[in-house]
Amino acid sequence: MTRKLPATDVVIIGLGWTGSILAHELTGAGLNVVAIERGPWRDTATDFPPAFAQDELRYHIRHDLFLRPAQQTMTFRNNVNQTALPIRAWQGFMPGNGVGGGGLHWNAQTWRFNPTDFQLKTHLTQRYGSKFLPENMTIQDWGVTYDEIEPYYDKFEYLCGTSGKAGNLNGQKQAGGNPFEGPRSREYPTPPQRQPYAAVLFAQAAKELGYFPFPQPSGNLSQAYTNPLGVTLGACTFCGFCEWFGCGNYSKASPQTTILPALIRQPNFEARTNCEVVRINLDKSGKRATGVTYIDTSDQEWEQPADLVLLCAFQLFNVQLLLTSGIGKPYNPSRNEGVIGRNYSYQVTSNVDAFFDDKNFNPFISSGSIGMCIDEFNGDNFDHGPHGFVGGGYMGAVQTGGRPILTTRTPPGTPAWGAQWKKAVADNYLSSYETMVHASSYSYRDVYCDLDPTYTDRLGRKLMRITFDFHENELKMSQYLTDRLAEVVQKMGPRQIVKLPRTGPYTSTQYQTTHTCGGAVMGTDRSISAVNRYLQSWDVPNLFVMGATAFPQNAGYNPTDTVCALAYWAADAIVNQYLKNPGPLVQT
Amino acid sequence: MTLVFSTTSAGALVVKGSLPWTPNAGDPPTAVLPGPWVYFIPEEGAAIEALVDRLIPPDPQTPGGKDAGCAVFIDRQLAGSYGSAEGLYMRGPFANGTPQQGDQSPLTPAVRYRQALAALDKYCRATFAGKSFAQLPDDQKDKVISGLEEGSATLDGADGKMFFAQLLTNTREGFFADPVYGGNRDMVAWKMIGFPGARYDYRDWVDRHNERYPLPPVGFAGRPGWVRQGP
Ligand SMILES: Cc1cc2nc3c(=O)[nH]c(=O)nc-3n(C[C@H](O)[C@H](O)[C@H](O)COP(=O)(O)OP(=O)(O)OC[C@H]3O[C@@H](n4cnc5c(N)ncnc54)[C@H](O)[C@@H]3O)c2cc1C
Ligand code: SF4
Repeated sequence: MTRKLPATDVVIIGLGWTGSILAHELTGAGLNVVAIERGPWRDTATDFPPAFAQDELRYHIRHDLFLRPAQQTMTFRNNVNQTALPIRAWQGFMPGNGVGGGGLHWNAQTWRFNPTDFQLKTHLTQRYGSKFLPENMTIQDWGVTYDEIEPYYDKFEYLCGTSGKAGNLNGQKQAGGNPFEGPRSREYPTPPQRQPYAAVLFAQAAKELGYFPFPQPSGNLSQAYTNPLGVTLGACTFCGFCEWFGCGNYSKASPQTTILPALIRQPNFEARTNCEVVRINLDKSGKRATGVTYIDTSDQEWEQPADLVLLCAFQLFNVQLLLTSGIGKPYNPSRNEGVIGRNYSYQVTSNVDAFFDDKNFNPFISSGSIGMCIDEFNGDNFDHGPHGFVGGGYMGAVQTGGRPILTTRTPPGTPAWGAQWKKAVADNYLSSYETMVHASSYSYRDVYCDLDPTYTDRLGRKLMRITFDFHENELKMSQYLTDRLAEVVQKMGPRQIVKLPRTGPYTSTQYQTTHTCGGAVMGTDRSISAVNRYLQSWDVPNLFVMGATAFPQNAGYNPTDTVCALAYWAADAIVNQYLKNPGPLVQT
Repeated sequence: MTLVFSTTSAGALVVKGSLPWTPNAGDPPTAVLPGPWVYFIPEEGAAIEALVDRLIPPDPQTPGGKDAGCAVFIDRQLAGSYGSAEGLYMRGPFANGTPQQGDQSPLTPAVRYRQALAALDKYCRATFAGKSFAQLPDDQKDKVISGLEEGSATLDGADGKMFFAQLLTNTREGFFADPVYGGNRDMVAWKMIGFPGARYDYRDWVDRHNERYPLPPVGFAGRPGWVRQGP
């Protein structure tokens, strides 16, 4: 039997990055906020102190901090002609679980998108003509501009204390920063991290080729920092156990190290952990959310009524909950109709490995966001005309650790086992290095999410089905970008390099990133977007959907700076517009 | 015996007013103790020791998989949450998919090892005049392993190629994981490659470029020189 709880002003589904930001902003505005989180409470001293945080087997190989697929997973297929099968163990991406969400075990690479990324369709069509885009590509503008969300990027970076060097301050180019970035209103809160050997060599090589290398913007802090909420972070110690791990030093920006200590003191905030929201409830009209239903660990069902529902469950679960709750029209690719599940996108990474004779990189001295990068080949920073593809990415020397189970790089041709393998691992561990391209993934008509017809979760609900493959445009892009990266790496003087461009078909068995995007995208046209420019549901105006769910396509950068800037932008709209006059913020 | 799974079993909790601290709430890993097999029967244990010692053979500087403890590591992992596929999605229907769809087997790792080792034993005894894998000379052992790797040695009642891949993965895990899990004994694998282990602070070293880091590795339990000897 479902037990009904007293109503609250706001219910937040998921207490990760966006949930924490919204909870802090809305409790600050005087609202009563209840956050419901599927996983456990987690904190530095109790869950990943430096006495055992650096455990590659437990955290990286056995996924201790992540969601258990037994609790929730998806099915996957490359195309509509295949039968989707369940992802039984995570490999391709790693959904977070528990307070902090992905923000707990991310790398903290904190990138802004380019101004043109937000008006992608308009920009590319103007520059190259509409015929230049592949026929099935469904990229679109965001309905919000870089200039509009710049203050909110700034707000998130100052929350985190991000370490970096501006390349563009109010339109003035700055030496040592990224010359291609959009204008920043002020410098990064803290200076860049110091760089290990390989990154410095890469930057020298890039300069010799006429590029403008700069330090990767990092949420692994270069020095102690106290944020506007009064929460203090320490300096990163380059422990090399960063992404997939919690930070034992309070030096990686996360909800735990930037918001929660302040949020929890708000008397109008309450979190319920190990409680999974199973659906968003609607009234009879179907146009108003009445709250959520969730289950606790003893499978007791609870109803939490609320005036405002904020879906902050991470891209995948946001889309899944919309589909399961029957909110918005599900996307149908053959009819090209509907919006929920439409424009799913991802990321296209690739690598160049290099083997040296005379170098010692001490790869274990690293951090999740360390490295030197170039941005010449991102977005539309270069002329795509001659190349026949669109999109791009940043590239650089960004190896984030030397954790030995997974860092046993050997030259091509080495057997996978035996004496030769053992010797090759011993010979190359300190003197080889992996460089990387982090590139865009644009959206297509035949790439989407819907509900699976066969597989169900432990509660009997349909799993979400992902239909995804790379398209020729992305594979061409990956080849071109990997070749450019290889030229820089070659200049570093290696004995041998190995180019590893991304090739198709996409496989759910190889980790690239956890930057799944889209499925309920933002926009100005209801027929091709699920939420308006303030992330408010077109169909249910007292529901806002956060996260990379809103990205109409993914750019050649990591998503979270943009995800969290949009969360602040939406919070601002809720506090300053919606609360005064609850209803649609954009009229259709 | 869980070995690595921990933090999901807690019950639902309401958090309000202050951070939910409990003294000594940390959840350090449980150390594997030496001693008899926990999951393997003796014949399986002998075969695994022989296998891991060919996958990572001993050399004058560094012990092989067997003396490094890889077989003990695998035994304890199979007896714990890994072996029972705890936390994985194990609902049917089970169907074979494309390689891009990942492992779809209904068998847990513990059962896969049991079936594959029995099948391997049958294969070896039939092919090599009644000898088990562990009784073969090294060059014949290597041929059998290559056969599994390439898929040319067909096992009756098990997928040899899949078993090879899993065994190799688990052997490397045991070799390079913290010694607390039973492999990488005395941090031999870390010494072999120059990895300093469970250290956490390299601020003094990040810009000492192209220099060899001088300190020896440490594990969660410190290192031999730190531990008191005797009662
Ligand atoms: C290993 C890794 C490395 C990454 N590195 C980077 C990086 O360097 N740079 C970058 O920009 N991004 C990175 N990311 C991505 C980043 O973590 C996410 O973009 C970010 O956390 C998204 O914020 P969110 O609030 O949308 O989701 P999360 O922060 O993941 O929060 C979602 C929360 O909702 C909870 N939840 C889900 N479903 C339910 C439900 N039904 N009921 C209740 N609660 C629910 C989840 O448990 C989770 O706590 C990385 C991710 C991973 C996994
Ligand atoms: S690399 Fe730095 S920020 Fe990352 S976990 Fe280690 S100390 Fe923390």
